Amino acid sequence: MKRTVMAFVLAAWATTGWGAGSGIGLLSANTSLEDTTSLQRGARLYMNYCLGCHSLSFMRYDRMGRDLGLTNEQVSENLLYAADKVTSPMKIAMRSESAREWFGVAPPDLSVISRARGPDWLYSYLTTFYADSNPSRPFGVNNVVFGDVGMPHVLAPLQGRQEYVEGESPPDATEVHTLGLKIDGDDIVVRKSATMPDGSHVAVEDRLTVAAPGEMTAGEYRKAMRDLVNFLAYAGEPSRIERQAVGFWVVAFLIVLALLLRALYKEYWRDVH
Amino acid sequence: MRSLLVGLFEWTDARFPVSKLWNEHLARYYAPKNFNFWYFFGSLALLVLVIQLVTGIWLAMFYKPDANLAFESVEYIMRDVEWGWLIRYMHSTGASAFFIVVYLHMFRALLYGSYKAPRELIWLLGMLIYLCLMAEAFFGYLLPWGQMSYWGAQVIISLFGALPFGIGEALALWIRGDYVVSDATLSRFYSLHVVGIPLVLLGLVVAHMIALHEVGSNNPDGVEIKKNKDANGVPMDGVPFHPYYTVKDLWGAGVFLVLFAIVVFYAPEFGGWFLESANFVPANPLQTPEHILPVWYFTPYYAILRAIPDKLTGVIAMFAATLIFFVIPWLDRHPVKSARYRSKLFNLLLVLFAVTFVILGWLGTEPPTPGKSELGLRLGELYFSFFLMLWVYSRERTAGFSYGLFAGLVVLLAIFDSIRYDEAKQGLMMWSALLPLGYYVVFLLLPVHTRLNESRAVPERVTS
Repeated sequence: MKRTVMAFVLAAWATTGWGAGSGIGLLSANTSLEDTTSLQRGARLYMNYCLGCHSLSFMRYDRMGRDLGLTNEQVSENLLYAADKVTSPMKIAMRSESAREWFGVAPPDLSVISRARGPDWLYSYLTTFYADSNPSRPFGVNNVVFGDVGMPHVLAPLQGRQEYVEGESPPDATEVHTLGLKIDGDDIVVRKSATMPDGSHVAVEDRLTVAAPGEMTAGEYRKAMRDLVNFLAYAGEPSRIERQAVGFWVVAFLIVLALLLRALYKEYWRDVH
Repeated sequence: MRSLLVGLFEWTDARFPVSKLWNEHLARYYAPKNFNFWYFFGSLALLVLVIQLVTGIWLAMFYKPDANLAFESVEYIMRDVEWGWLIRYMHSTGASAFFIVVYLHMFRALLYGSYKAPRELIWLLGMLIYLCLMAEAFFGYLLPWGQMSYWGAQVIISLFGALPFGIGEALALWIRGDYVVSDATLSRFYSLHVVGIPLVLLGLVVAHMIALHEVGSNNPDGVEIKKNKDANGVPMDGVPFHPYYTVKDLWGAGVFLVLFAIVVFYAPEFGGWFLESANFVPANPLQTPEHILPVWYFTPYYAILRAIPDKLTGVIAMFAATLIFFVIPWLDRHPVKSARYRSKLFNLLLVLFAVTFVILGWLGTEPPTPGKSELGLRLGELYFSFFLMLWVYSRERTAGFSYGLFAGLVVLLAIFDSIRYDEAKQGLMMWSALLPLGYYVVFLLLPVHTRLNESRAVPERVTS
């Protein structure tokens, strides 16, 4: 009894963790490493759209293939653009000096980005690019969760042109701060709270809406981003699938062992009064 | 075959005290029969030590103590080394488990007065082990070379820089081996983490157990079992450690391993408490992370450091908070050992201290706000007051003494608050002052006017 209670306490504590991030309510990515087809689609998106600039240098092609249910031939034919050998790590050809010149910062390696930022942050980041005509923005886009980001919206051909429509904010508000994001039909709503001079709060809703459609509908794009984030979550810790599968048997064995040890202890202590 | 083995044993036993050691430390080491839940944590600490040593040896085979390779080599262990992820997670979880187990082990000593005569030296050796453990954890945390590793080390080393007369900066420079934390720091921390501290630690653990077995274990009743021996000189309330406590501790180890495995396999980051997300970004000397936090086991002391506005005073208070444990055997001189027979107020004192420690630990992980800093400072005052109360409660105090001390403490609080007086925080300071004031009223004045501070009679023999 004591043990089960403690296990629950542990589990509850572990889930209330501190995610890394911007401090606003993020969209939920709902990733699942058991969804192999989603992981495969995510891998293809990554190879096509990300691997030009972002290496995944702790990840090897063949390892990925094994974990994602693909043969080495399938990996070589469909996913191996940036390297010769299927045993290579996923490096990029771009030199970081040139990258720094082009983007201001060198695009980081994304091997463990999902562990640093969390899947929800990545999902929110990938879905909240919007057109920004401010001349200070080199690529004409900005992002809600990563303000003034250096990255161009590489996935714009898929998503289309998303625009930021400001909601009606009371003109005499003293301060407006962002609460979080939520999905509303095809749009993403940025929930804000305006503080009025008398101290009361008024809800303000800004909207991200697709003005010029891309190859995908809003729903398809979000699904694709979920696949991509799922793949990044996998790449952050490839052993996670094995870890959880092995863990069940280890814990089950240890519980049986502990019960046997308890029986042994009770047997020895029968004569102690 | 059998006679060959017996022969080999006898040959060895004549040249090395195999059976003597076995008997003295296991088969004829008589431990009180009434050990309870709290007595599992000594042997569990030993188990965790073994886990850390074995996993550490394997990690050292693959880890590269080089600023350009360290981060990558950890990920290499996590991905390309067979079962590397398991070894690494066992080691990172083991570090936190070590502190959980040791904190509970220390609380047990406070609960049952296990540091009192004749066990002062066991306590001192234990405290040295605790200090070694802190050093070991601190050195080890730099090795993954993530942002939190790097900046945590930077902040903690710079604390030494607060020492005056130019000593501080020189000392910090000497520890780092560079003007910032760098490759030089990483390689020396690696050396200390895998060789230096473990050697000292092992020696201290052996000394801790030799000292324990010399005087014998305390127990939840705080009764000396050696005072009641039978005709053969065997304590009547004792049982041989082996097999009785070996099997009992095995059962404890079983439960511990179940919990340990649940964390290792299902929550190795433990929601950011055991492995922080910022540590998955490689160390970058040019970019400070948003919040720099030590790992949870240091945060109570970190909260005390942060709560004090003056840096040098804060650093002194932080070190004092750690080192003050050393003098406990000479602060608490009350003849009754176990909290079972000590007064209700003493028990309350102890529980409040544990609560204070936990809340301080939580505060140390929070971004500082004026309210939280103020709470940290007041809890810091309660933290140190606990040790004062241990001394006060060592014997019956007269009404004059109690009121005099109460008045003295109130004056001291007022002086301290006037030094750190800040008009913006005036209301906050006044309200929060109720915390130490209430504490002193309860623990200094209640004993004068009520019977809440009366100890109970200690039985002759251990109960159940």
